[in-house]
Amino acid sequence: MKKKITKALGILLTASMCLAGFTGCGNTDDTAATNSTADTATTNESVAQESNATAEPAPEATTDNTDVSGTISLAGSTSMEKLCEALMEGFMEAYPNVTVTTEYTGSGAGLESLAAGSVDIGNASRHIKDSEAESGAVENVVALDGIAVITDLENDVTDLSTEDLAKVYTGEIKNWSELGGKDEAIVVIGRESGSGTRDAFEELVEVKDACAYAQELDSTGAVLAKVAATPGAIGYVSLDVVDDTVTAVALNGVEASEENILAGTYALQRPFVMATMGTIDEQNELVSTWFDYINSEEGKEITKSVGLIIPE
Amino acid sequence: MKKVKESIAKYIFLIAGIVAIISVLAITLYMFLKGAPALFQVGAPQLLFGTVWKPTAAEPHYGIFYIILSSVVGTLCSVLIGVPIGLLTAVFLTDLTNSSPLGRTVSKILSSAVELLAAIPSVIYGLIGLMVLNPLMYKLEKHFFTGSETHQFTGGANMLSAIIVLAIMILPTVINISASSIRAVSQSLRSASLALGATKLQTIFRVVIPAARSGIMTGVVLGIGRALGEAMAINMVAGGAVNLPLPFNSVRFLTTQLVSEMSYASGLHRQVLFTVGLVLYIFILSINLILTRLRKKGEKAND
Repeated sequence: MKKKITKALGILLTASMCLAGFTGCGNTDDTAATNSTADTATTNESVAQESNATAEPAPEATTDNTDVSGTISLAGSTSMEKLCEALMEGFMEAYPNVTVTTEYTGSGAGLESLAAGSVDIGNASRHIKDSEAESGAVENVVALDGIAVITDLENDVTDLSTEDLAKVYTGEIKNWSELGGKDEAIVVIGRESGSGTRDAFEELVEVKDACAYAQELDSTGAVLAKVAATPGAIGYVSLDVVDDTVTAVALNGVEASEENILAGTYALQRPFVMATMGTIDEQNELVSTWFDYINSEEGKEITKSVGLIIPE
Repeated sequence: MKKVKESIAKYIFLIAGIVAIISVLAITLYMFLKGAPALFQVGAPQLLFGTVWKPTAAEPHYGIFYIILSSVVGTLCSVLIGVPIGLLTAVFLTDLTNSSPLGRTVSKILSSAVELLAAIPSVIYGLIGLMVLNPLMYKLEKHFFTGSETHQFTGGANMLSAIIVLAIMILPTVINISASSIRAVSQSLRSASLALGATKLQTIFRVVIPAARSGIMTGVVLGIGRALGEAMAINMVAGGAVNLPLPFNSVRFLTTQLVSEMSYASGLHRQVLFTVGLVLYIFILSINLILTRLRKKGEKAND
């Protein structure tokens, strides 16, 4: 009898382990397919909640919105993927007859497509260059992206110049004493290649592909935790996730804060631009509805939920 | 009626068997189809023996040599540490604890500890490595490299941490398989050896272990497979920068390369990651071939 019970238990255990194995595989597949890693998971969740909240009054809203139909096409910056995906999800729920398509081809390519007339909106994670404005493209800043440079709490260096920051990340400066701090080695922590935060940081500090990382971690949470736990560590994360376990360093004497980003004085920030041919007033109904949505309370909530700052 | 039932059952069994075969063939085919194109696009020598990994640079470099090397060195070192410990534990369990009641109790406790070690999820190993091992390693690193002009401080996330975590993770595999093959060695061999005047130690190392050799080798090879395929724990303790696999360097393994970059990679970068997967798959495939060989040898030796 006892033998039978143990046998049954054994079978159950193996079955559950197999199941666990399968679900594990499923998860990794999902993350690969939808491009959502640990750091986007939380924001995606809040976006999902957001859209759930809007889903409730949806029956009324949809009856109003079904007369708007057609396709809006966007192309451009890969860094804006998170924002675009979240906005598209919310927008298409509010306007079920509108299809929004986005290609992530890079800022320059997106503006070229706009100039060529193949898309309605060109996405760029930088300001439009004068040469690009000549074609008639007008920039509409929909969000601001801020990056905080963080150190562990014990570190007494609280202000860095962007030049020094670049030297730290290229490995030219290796000890905090060279920056007026304690005699402590600098542990340079960053994100993996392909990460939007890494892309933005390296671009803004002008250390593109020149960084000598001691650790490359694959999520915002991991960077926060490692920096908090490692004496002498330095890392970078989206401004919105900074908490009291780490110190956000001031750059060139300017604190990393939303106010300073809005004022334009903080160095590690970039605009997310959705450029159109001509001003928004000159756009067709679909495109102006899209911008109305972005500027609505709901759109602003979505923008905040992916860790961005609303421009004034 | 009975015949019909029999033949239906036969086909059900056949289908069950085919599921496994089809899965393995499909995975192999998929890995080769997805992994091979990048080899031609980047060029096999540049990809496999290049040492610069900058997939998103304006002029991208896709060299995975250091990554392959890290996986090989990490696995070999962890096996070098793990196998002696595992083998001695197996001998202790089978031959040194069965002479007294106290010994048998110790053996029972140890066996269940080993089983528990096997059941601990790899993320737990990673977590403990991250919280305990890495800070310790950082102290060591500071001790060795203070004043060094060339060393980049990694904060303790390094090759050595990964090796230690892997060595502990392969212990249960090595212990369990070695122990069962040592148990299978006929008692008469031991008795004969002892009767000829050999000491217990001589009996163990000259008679029992050689007799159980093929089983022990199986355990070692399975341990290599486990170490090579481990991703989660390594991702948490090894640092993740692509470097030469020196003990205090932050390193990236084949598995962690996939885990950390797959989510945002696109275009050729993504294809190269599939090639990394293919390399890993070929390593595992060869290890399984070796395993089959060993098993055949073992069967012949037992005949």
